Amino acid sequence: MSALLDVEDLVVRFATPGGEHTAVRGVSFSVRAGERVGIVGESGSGKSVTAQAVLRLLGPAATVAGGAVRFDGRDVLAFDRGELRRWRGAQAAMVFQDPLSSLNPLVRIGRQVTETLREHLGLDRRAATAKAAELLASVGIPDAAARLREYPMTFSGGMRQRVAIAIAISCAPRLLIADEPTTALDVTVQAQVLDLMDGMTADLGTAVVLISHDLGVVSTFCDRVLVMYAGRVVESGTADQIVEDPRHPYTRALLASIPSLEGELPRRLPSIPGTPPQPGRAHTGCAFADRCPLAADVCRAEDPEPLELGDGRLAACHFADRSAG
Amino acid sequence: MTPWVLRRLGQMVLVLLGVVTLAFFMSYAVPGDPARLIAGPNADAATVASIRHQLGLDASLWSQYTGFLGRLARGDLGTSYALHGAPVSEQLALALPTSALIAVGGVLWQVIIGVPAGIIAAYRPGRAADRIATLGALVGLSAPPFWVGLLLIYYLAYRLSIFPLTGLGDPMWWYLALPTFTLGLAGAAWYARMTRTQMIEVLRTPYIQLARAKGLRERTILLRHALRNVLTPLITMIGMDFGYFLGGVLIIESVFGLPGVGKLTYDAIDQLDIPMITGAVLCAAFFVVVMNFLVDLAYAAIDPRVRNRR
Ligand SMILES: Nc1ncnc2c1ncn2[C@@H]1O[C@H](COP(=O)(O)OP(=O)(O)O)[C@@H](O)[C@H]1O
Ligand SMILES: [Mg+2]
Repeated sequence: MSALLDVEDLVVRFATPGGEHTAVRGVSFSVRAGERVGIVGESGSGKSVTAQAVLRLLGPAATVAGGAVRFDGRDVLAFDRGELRRWRGAQAAMVFQDPLSSLNPLVRIGRQVTETLREHLGLDRRAATAKAAELLASVGIPDAAARLREYPMTFSGGMRQRVAIAIAISCAPRLLIADEPTTALDVTVQAQVLDLMDGMTADLGTAVVLISHDLGVVSTFCDRVLVMYAGRVVESGTADQIVEDPRHPYTRALLASIPSLEGELPRRLPSIPGTPPQPGRAHTGCAFADRCPLAADVCRAEDPEPLELGDGRLAACHFADRSAG
Repeated sequence: MTPWVLRRLGQMVLVLLGVVTLAFFMSYAVPGDPARLIAGPNADAATVASIRHQLGLDASLWSQYTGFLGRLARGDLGTSYALHGAPVSEQLALALPTSALIAVGGVLWQVIIGVPAGIIAAYRPGRAADRIATLGALVGLSAPPFWVGLLLIYYLAYRLSIFPLTGLGDPMWWYLALPTFTLGLAGAAWYARMTRTQMIEVLRTPYIQLARAKGLRERTILLRHALRNVLTPLITMIGMDFGYFLGGVLIIESVFGLPGVGKLTYDAIDQLDIPMITGAVLCAAFFVVVMNFLVDLAYAAIDPRVRNRR
């Protein structure tokens, strides 16, 4: 089966006052129709930049310096303004991290839902309003028709994220990219929002790219997982493979930092010792070497190429063929 | 909403009362004896005293103040010392339409030039359009309006005879084109800068990113989602400038020979025409305070968060 989304060797650079730096350094992955792919990694590893590059949402400071993005075999990076506009929102949609700032505070909720319907489905005002009320009801917002006339400030964070999901799925897109959709929410609300996303996308057969820094969330929601570190995919495989038999020491460290649900909660959330390399600072060898328990001379000399491990999994580590001891 | 408007109205009345009181004491404390000024240098003490009595200047401070307030409530701003006893309110009413036209025109030019320049500059910061707009704003900010006005008069009115030289005539907009443009050009640079800064800020927000991700048209993103969020500071500037210009813009009025409130005020100060000065000050303050109130109303109309906060 051919891929719905195909990202190949994507490179994204930022021009900053301090100089140019590369935030995404050759990321490749593909998503099949209806599939769920997770992207995990610490903050700053390039997850959001990758997502924004796919939807061509990067700001003027960023340039896609290399690689390809194909959707259904079409070259997304070559889309003109019209093609881009007809594609975004209709076939590929996005949910952002912060529901408090991703809805326009000065525009009524109804307008923010109907404008996508009117643009892509060509509905008139009345039909769009009816559909919007239906959509809000379907994401669990009580009294939906009346709430269309309200502004975002009267909605809680969880409710706003429900609205954002309603907007995203309103035109039955084939791909939904959700960039940390639950990170800003309370723990109890997080589970509800994930459940909602699960149900809505399953009904529509929408493929999902779920971005999170939480490997626990990603591995339960997704079929396959990519682990990103310092702008690269360092390991990828099925969710089971990643959780049960991680091959990259960084993945193991991420797994170890998930608090166990049994026993006492740890005082502080465990985190991986050390910090990721400064963006923009050139380094030789593996970007994780300084924090890696397995680091050897070869790691500081040579950046490891992704290694095929069979069963479609990859790991970019000189010692990837060793299982955890 | 309504109780908030009432409270805000109450505040406005209080501020106006404060301004009125200040204006009264200012006129009272001003150096020089108006009675002596009217009587002329050769009048004897008795004449001066009788004029002082006529003007009510020999009454107690309190009764002068209450008298002042009472007349003010009836729209009576007193009579000019200088202009042969002409009522101040009449003089202001004669000058105000000119000032109002200058104010409307000046604000319009500011918005027409400044806002699009700011938006274009913000769209691709650092690119050619941004640099041209920034340079233009710098020139606009540093060029003195009287100099710009004289240049325009020289080239467009005197040399090319496209526009009339000075004064007012028919059609009005023909005579006001150059003065309002001169006034607007000076302020447009501020509008461009403010719009650019705000717009850059807004274009970075997640809700604009979401609007893009929804596949909306650029025009919709700009007009429905971005501009609305820039409108609040813009309306403040428009309101404040409008109120300020209504109080008279002396430089423009003198360069272009227009009989507005600015000229009236200038002459009154020149002749120590206290009732006229007080009237002009009150008039200017009145417009600033009222515009402030209207700006607040506009905020509430635009931003639901403002409506709910109060
Ligand atoms: N607007 C920007 N300007 C400059 N650099 C940026 C910008 N956005 C992201 N970056 C760079 O890209 C890197 C990856 O960021 P991001 O993709 O947001 O990380 P995350 O994995 O947490 O989503 C950051 O470390 C930062 O250096
Ligand atoms: Mg991110």
